[in-house]
Amino acid sequence: MAQFEQLTSANKRNSVLLVILFILFICVLGALLGWAVFGDPIAAVPSIFLALIVSSISALIGYYAGPSAVLAMSGARPIAKEADPELYNVVEELSIASGLPMPALYLVDTPAMNAFATGRDPKHACVAVTSGLRERLKRDELQGVLAHELSHVQNFDIRFMTLMAVLVGVVVLVADIGTRAIFYGGRGRSSGRGGGGGVLQLVIIVLAVILAIIAPIFAKLIQLAVSRQREFLADASAARLTRYPEGLARALEALAAETEPMPQASRATAHLFIVQPLMMNGRRPGGSGESMWSSHPPIEERIRRIRSLGSMGA
Amino acid sequence: MSALLGLGGAACIALAVLGGLIVLVGGWFVLTYNGLVQLRNAVKNAWSQIDVQLKRRYDLIPNLVETVKGYAGHEKETLERVIQARQAGIAASTVKDQAAAENMITGALRQLFALSEAYPNLKANENFLKLQEELASTENKIGFARQYYNDAVQTFNTRQEMFPANLVASMLGFQPAEFFEIEDAGQREAPKVKF
Repeated sequence: MAQFEQLTSANKRNSVLLVILFILFICVLGALLGWAVFGDPIAAVPSIFLALIVSSISALIGYYAGPSAVLAMSGARPIAKEADPELYNVVEELSIASGLPMPALYLVDTPAMNAFATGRDPKHACVAVTSGLRERLKRDELQGVLAHELSHVQNFDIRFMTLMAVLVGVVVLVADIGTRAIFYGGRGRSSGRGGGGGVLQLVIIVLAVILAIIAPIFAKLIQLAVSRQREFLADASAARLTRYPEGLARALEALAAETEPMPQASRATAHLFIVQPLMMNGRRPGGSGESMWSSHPPIEERIRRIRSLGSMGA
Repeated sequence: MSALLGLGGAACIALAVLGGLIVLVGGWFVLTYNGLVQLRNAVKNAWSQIDVQLKRRYDLIPNLVETVKGYAGHEKETLERVIQARQAGIAASTVKDQAAAENMITGALRQLFALSEAYPNLKANENFLKLQEELASTENKIGFARQYYNDAVQTFNTRQEMFPANLVASMLGFQPAEFFEIEDAGQREAPKVKF
């Protein structure tokens, strides 16, 4: 039990660390791009400020508006207790088990089976399930899935993943503005510099362009690695919440066997779902082995780990 | 003169060290005490969560009994048991009595729902189905609230027993909290997960 509390506080600490790292990174990126665009090391200083202003504004917008944007993009509509007392009860039971406030419940009308949680903290948490999942899972399987989602809330994954998505977006934005400025803004610039400065200038431009290309990829890879880790952790927390790992294991088996595509999901939101919602060649990708490009660990591996938790006690 | 100053300096340092130690120990004392109070309140809060669900069940039972009476009024014995168990639950004053009474209610309700299988008309009644879902869910909520309460009790008690917090706990009269025990053997055999 203490292990999970440690993980939660580790997650909060990691969120702070992540933000600090990204700020430093944005500074470096801004400085290099500014130097490259204006051809002057002194221009790096105002460029850092510019990059920081642009990224903090977009990050703040993303942080506060991101969850509702995700819900809107997924076509999720809020659902009241009267509309589905059983679903509401299952979530309420789990919120009591975890000591969390009752999250806002959403339904996505689609035959595909999936679920996700979003929000910036437990007080602003939203949990969404698809109608396909709601209709085709038994109560204890549904409980397993929702326990997984509530674990994301409890472990502060929803904040971490929202931050992560926002910061990746910011890196992409800054890198994009920078490369555009180099290619388009740089051409009309009058210059009377010497030959030595030209070479240095070229090196800086090449460095800045390489960094601007690599940075978003690198940020995305970190996001994916963290996302995979969070899925394993949420599975284990769900087993601890329900004290019945088999429910989630069976639900994941049903989700693994399903081939219904989910048009409401996109590459931007795929990492939020309990299983990868985007199909490749008619099935979920990453079934056989873990790839550094997948947002979720292989389902078979998750089921195996969940079942091993169940057999340890009895 | 300078020797005097040196002596004064040494005294100053000694005082500063002593003062620092007192501040440190005092700070630790305050932090430990506050931590214990926080845990004790968590236990109280967890208990009130169980209470909310128990009350909810007491409220639902008369409705259920009335509905069942309409279809299976002659099953007096089972209905009587449910009503008695409910009254015992309301009257209970200690954690132990409460747990015993709640187990009685759970058993009586289980029997009532098993019995309802024999009455197709009752099982088709919308009100009955609604009450059945609510009671089944309340049952789960009580179970989960109890799980949460027991976890809180365990954290609180462990904290009190561990060195050096136990010094503060015993000095200020902290008492270990009582677990909400499960008496029903069937429930105890439920799958357990170790972490």
